[in-house]
Amino acid sequence: MSALSSQWLPIDEIAAKVRSGQLKAVDLVEQSLQTIADSSEYDAIIATTSERARERAKLIDELVLNPLEGDADITSMSLCGVPFIAKDNFLVFGAETTAASNILKGFTAPYQSTVIELLEAQGAICVAKANLDAFAHGSSTENSDFMITKNPHDRTRVPGGSSGGSAAAVVLDMAPFALGTDTGGSIRLPASFCGAVGFKPTYGLVSRSGVVAMASSLDVIGPLTRTVADAGYVLDAIAGVDSLDSTTIVREGTYVPGALGLKGRKFGVIKEYMADGLDPGVRLQIESAIEKLAAAGAEIVEVSLPTLPAALAVYYIICPAEVSSNLSRYDGQRFGYGHSDAKDLEASYSQSRSIGFGKEAKRRIMIGTYVLSSGYYDAYYKKAQTVRTKIIKEFAAAFENVEFLIGPTVPSVAFKIGENSTDPLQMYLTDILTVAVNLAGIPAISIPAGTTDGMPVGLQIMSAQRNDKLLLDTACSIEGILA
Amino acid sequence: MVDLTRDDILKLARLARVSLTDDEASEFTGELASILQYVEMLNAVDTDGLLPTSQVTGLTNVTRPDVVRDYGYQEADLLKNVPALENGQIKVKRMIV
Repeated sequence: MSALSSQWLPIDEIAAKVRSGQLKAVDLVEQSLQTIADSSEYDAIIATTSERARERAKLIDELVLNPLEGDADITSMSLCGVPFIAKDNFLVFGAETTAASNILKGFTAPYQSTVIELLEAQGAICVAKANLDAFAHGSSTENSDFMITKNPHDRTRVPGGSSGGSAAAVVLDMAPFALGTDTGGSIRLPASFCGAVGFKPTYGLVSRSGVVAMASSLDVIGPLTRTVADAGYVLDAIAGVDSLDSTTIVREGTYVPGALGLKGRKFGVIKEYMADGLDPGVRLQIESAIEKLAAAGAEIVEVSLPTLPAALAVYYIICPAEVSSNLSRYDGQRFGYGHSDAKDLEASYSQSRSIGFGKEAKRRIMIGTYVLSSGYYDAYYKKAQTVRTKIIKEFAAAFENVEFLIGPTVPSVAFKIGENSTDPLQMYLTDILTVAVNLAGIPAISIPAGTTDGMPVGLQIMSAQRNDKLLLDTACSIEGILA
Repeated sequence: MVDLTRDDILKLARLARVSLTDDEASEFTGELASILQYVEMLNAVDTDGLLPTSQVTGLTNVTRPDVVRDYGYQEADLLKNVPALENGQIKVKRMIV
């Protein structure tokens, strides 16, 4: 299966054809729902939002026939009639929002996330909610409280995580794009394992309002697509300041893709990411990609960021600390699962949380509570935040000499279902090449770079904060020479 | 090895308002110790003269006008996810036993 063969046209072409009446949004939605039904054995989708999607598609087709002025001006809708799939941690009307957790089972959103509102304003139509590791805690979707998503290339393997359902859905051709969230690699890792494009923007470029929080200083939202250009169109619709998320930053004028020449561009190959422990098949594909870059006229140098090997340790302090804080809101009283037999309020909290949270959520709550405890706070949390500063400085120094850093996205290809689930530390190590990007808040993208033993390999490209447009345009050109 | 006992785990669980089964308590005791062991590598990183980072893009004191915005929500929309509701109010268990 090649990620490039698809029933879907490029996103901008779909939108143009819907606007001109050559394609009907209602047909696109049916096509998407049919593909979802045909590939149900992969367990990529938790629920469809079919009723609302059909209504919205009908409305868009009517607007094409009878255009209105103002807000519903169809001629300016960049994603007009384009179906998409949202990871189930986005608040979306038309289905439950569960974050694949038992504690949120049955929760229906009283409002929509800013990102969904922005996509709908451009005419995009959400057709389904994708599976994930519960609360986005994981690297394989095996931590979903409901089901394990299978890798589209080999059903005995994981799709990666936590946005595993979104990545599998895109590669299974269920929709032209899907939304994911990336706290330590959760967009790029499943993109790499499934053979999709996964883009993690600069921290704060996309509003997190209405998205189930994991670790707030690391969480970002981004697209999973078949091509880099498609990712640019999606980002263009969702980027920018939102008064409902005080961490959002000013956007660039446009993210509509335009390929940049590679000649004379300077790339740094991260020495620490090419170290021992890298799967030989993955190494071969990454080295081959680097050779093609050089052949295209790019300048390639080796760059060392000596503190990167400590990034995962920093991550597994800061992330659970923020997780334990964010998950404290699930108390079983105001929303979510509430245990009804408890004798008093405290027992009601404990019992609701014990039953509602899966093992990984509990594990992270425990680690987070420990590292934030009085007496341990300085030794763990503050130390981790200080090493974080050191990592940020090393990235900044590297970006003074090169425009981009490159390396593999993951040290291996997709592993077998169950292979890493008995040892949490082994599972955490899957994220070893992706977490540093989140700690530094810089943008990064994973694009398909060949296969080894029939399984996709991802090339990771990073740039400095707020260089999202430059990164996308460059990735567009690299995608061209790797194809 | 990080010194972490089963009693430490049960105390943490109590602080975090999570009750653990016997199996979970045993499992977490070993797992947390090995994760904490792994992160000990940070002690070897020289951070002299560096300050901790909690915000990566440099934004400070972001505010917005404190005005009421009408989102069009109905009371029923906001209460529909409440586990126990009585006369439009959230019903909780007694706090003092």
